[in-house]
Amino acid sequence: MPNFETVEVTTDILICGGGMAACGAAVEAAYWAKKEGLKVTLVDKAAMDRSGAVAMGLSAINEYIGLKEGKNTVEDYIRYVKQDLMGIARDDLVANIARHVDSTVHLFEKWGLPIWKDEEGNYVHEGRWQIMINGESYKIIVAEAAKNALGTDNIYERVFIVEPLLDGDRIAGAVGFSTRENKFYVFKAKAVLAAMGGAVHVFKPRSCGEGLGRSWYPPFNSGASAYFTIKAGAEMTCQEVRFIPVRFKDAYGPVGAWFLLFKSRATNAFGGEYMVERRAELENWAPYGLVKPIPANLRNYLGMLDENEGLGPIYMRTEEAMAKLAEAYKDDPKAYKKKRKELENEAWEDFLDMTISQALLWAANNVFPEEKPSEIAAAEPYFIGSHSGASGAWVSGPEDLAPPEYFWGYTNMTTIKGLFAAGDASGASSHKFSSGSHAEGRIAGKAIVKFVKENNEQPNVDMAKVEELKERILRPLALWEEHSGFTTDPNVNPNYILPKQYMFRLQKLMDEYVGGVSARFRTSKPMLERAMELLQLLKEDSEKLAARDLHELMRCWENVQRTWQAEAHIRTILFREETRWPGYYFRTDTPKMDEENWKCFVNCKWDPATGEWEMFKRDIISLVD
Amino acid sequence: MPTFVMAEKCDGCKGQDKTACMYICPNDLMKLDKEKGKAFNQDPQMCWECLCCVKICPQQAMDVRGYADFVPMGASCVPMRGSEDIMWTVTFRDGTMKRFKFPIRTTPEGEADPNGGFATHDDLNSQLLSTEPEALGVELWTLKK
Repeated sequence: MPNFETVEVTTDILICGGGMAACGAAVEAAYWAKKEGLKVTLVDKAAMDRSGAVAMGLSAINEYIGLKEGKNTVEDYIRYVKQDLMGIARDDLVANIARHVDSTVHLFEKWGLPIWKDEEGNYVHEGRWQIMINGESYKIIVAEAAKNALGTDNIYERVFIVEPLLDGDRIAGAVGFSTRENKFYVFKAKAVLAAMGGAVHVFKPRSCGEGLGRSWYPPFNSGASAYFTIKAGAEMTCQEVRFIPVRFKDAYGPVGAWFLLFKSRATNAFGGEYMVERRAELENWAPYGLVKPIPANLRNYLGMLDENEGLGPIYMRTEEAMAKLAEAYKDDPKAYKKKRKELENEAWEDFLDMTISQALLWAANNVFPEEKPSEIAAAEPYFIGSHSGASGAWVSGPEDLAPPEYFWGYTNMTTIKGLFAAGDASGASSHKFSSGSHAEGRIAGKAIVKFVKENNEQPNVDMAKVEELKERILRPLALWEEHSGFTTDPNVNPNYILPKQYMFRLQKLMDEYVGGVSARFRTSKPMLERAMELLQLLKEDSEKLAARDLHELMRCWENVQRTWQAEAHIRTILFREETRWPGYYFRTDTPKMDEENWKCFVNCKWDPATGEWEMFKRDIISLVD
Repeated sequence: MPTFVMAEKCDGCKGQDKTACMYICPNDLMKLDKEKGKAFNQDPQMCWECLCCVKICPQQAMDVRGYADFVPMGASCVPMRGSEDIMWTVTFRDGTMKRFKFPIRTTPEGEADPNGGFATHDDLNSQLLSTEPEALGVELWTLKK
């Protein structure tokens, strides 16, 4: 095995990740760090211009409160988020993001993001909280501001972070490797921000051939944040809350423009409208099922009930929406033509800005939306702290909003001293989306400078421990070198497992036992316990992962990250003995929601000293009625 | 829709230490075949089809072919990304062609000012972020005690 040089980087503040939250943190931390004479370093596994969930672009900003316009209040947003998550949310965190998010959006506009304006110069809304953008270069623009703030000397791209470094109960840095050259990196820092996104490919995707990579959320988000924070010993929350979006089937193109701009309906194959015909079912999920907007998971659930009864496929009735539009303009063909052209452009831009493959899929199937409807379907489960997901680290709220139970000194700090989390890495603060993730990054970016100013000593890094980690992290390369010559085809070898087959093994068990697509999102205690048995064997075999090059070494560790996300998920679903989000997962042995016993957070913690998991409840403390 | 590289057009970004597609791919999929001097997608199954590589390729040597396991053959979706806008040519399986042009940014490349020109302040202990309250346009919300 080639020799790997150990590169040591000593800094004050380390930002792990390069997506929206990390870029927000970079901008804000750089500003305050300069005043305090502190150094900020950012490390990203990809290139910041196109890293993270916004790599492809977006067609809308989904969190804009409009405080300046006086349209909505922060209280409105708190109620909206908690309702959508069936009562499970941290009001203090949601409120903190909501009160800052407009300033983030105003910065985006100054940086050059084209935001749609109406004739009076106001932002064009897609929905109450959503504004329309021309977002092909959204991430490039946001990264540019972050890079200008930090300076390129302080940015390490193509370095993959694996493990946290600890000094007693305090974070001390992080280790990882370059995916481009034989270098092992040791970052020593006084504080670290985890902002490495959520997790995809924990569950088996619907497409398993070439289309494996066409997940709704990007396949390169592999649970790095969850792994990093769990391994540091941080308390985690909402690990049972997976997110399953309903999108155009297979390519997962956005449905927002069709539902909101075109006012399209979704029906089953026989024309039945599940949102109408199954309204009575919503009473079983009161009070959340009875308040509009109906929570995303309940909308999913009503469609799933149709499918389970053999009433699928489910269709977006694009042809009907277009016909209605023609009807509205029947006396003015010229105006109709203009309106139709305008809407057609908007619908295609919706795809081309953020899910190019959906445009290609429609073109390849000769889909003309005015002629026939298009299928929609629930995607496979994902783990994100945003959208209608909620999984992530348990972090401190802000001093002026958080009740004492939710406050421990520094906003967005996890339960580990000096370790912060933002974006998809922090939990119980759903619906932050791209803009809220950036705003949360900025919030954490300021708080982390305050922490370092008040705790300005360099923690000790045990270099013997680092050497041990280096050997373990590079072991897949050593295993390959030692054993790959044993068989005529190195892909099949009894001495090791290659990362892709390892991933398939994880996905199969999650899919079949933990309520994936094939299991129609249903699971139960015995199924979950069987999953844990299989997962333990998989974890043992993770010691035998092999890699032929640096790219595959990254794949090995991405799959270890996914495995830990999977374990936190299974343990938490097992602990919560009810069904609360039936359109995300349904526990057939505890099929009802139990407000009396389970209207609470379920948190968990892995102890680095003992290797034991601890599961426990935390109270929900409301800031608004 | 994994990406592919057209052998005749790709020059391996000659003279560079890495190709443009290798630089940009968020999933580390593009690789330079040093013998042939040309790039290729080393794991099409993990391609998200973000087309970041297609958009950045200086030779326009890259395109996408719909995922073989669910996309019928014969369509294409080709971007031409400039400094202010992007032009898309969408060709259907039946030959129908649609063109779309959308703006991508309103400022010159590279000039994003982190503070956006908003007034900043010095109070590390306040809840206000660096460019607030000016960037918010209102006073910062807090709980009414």
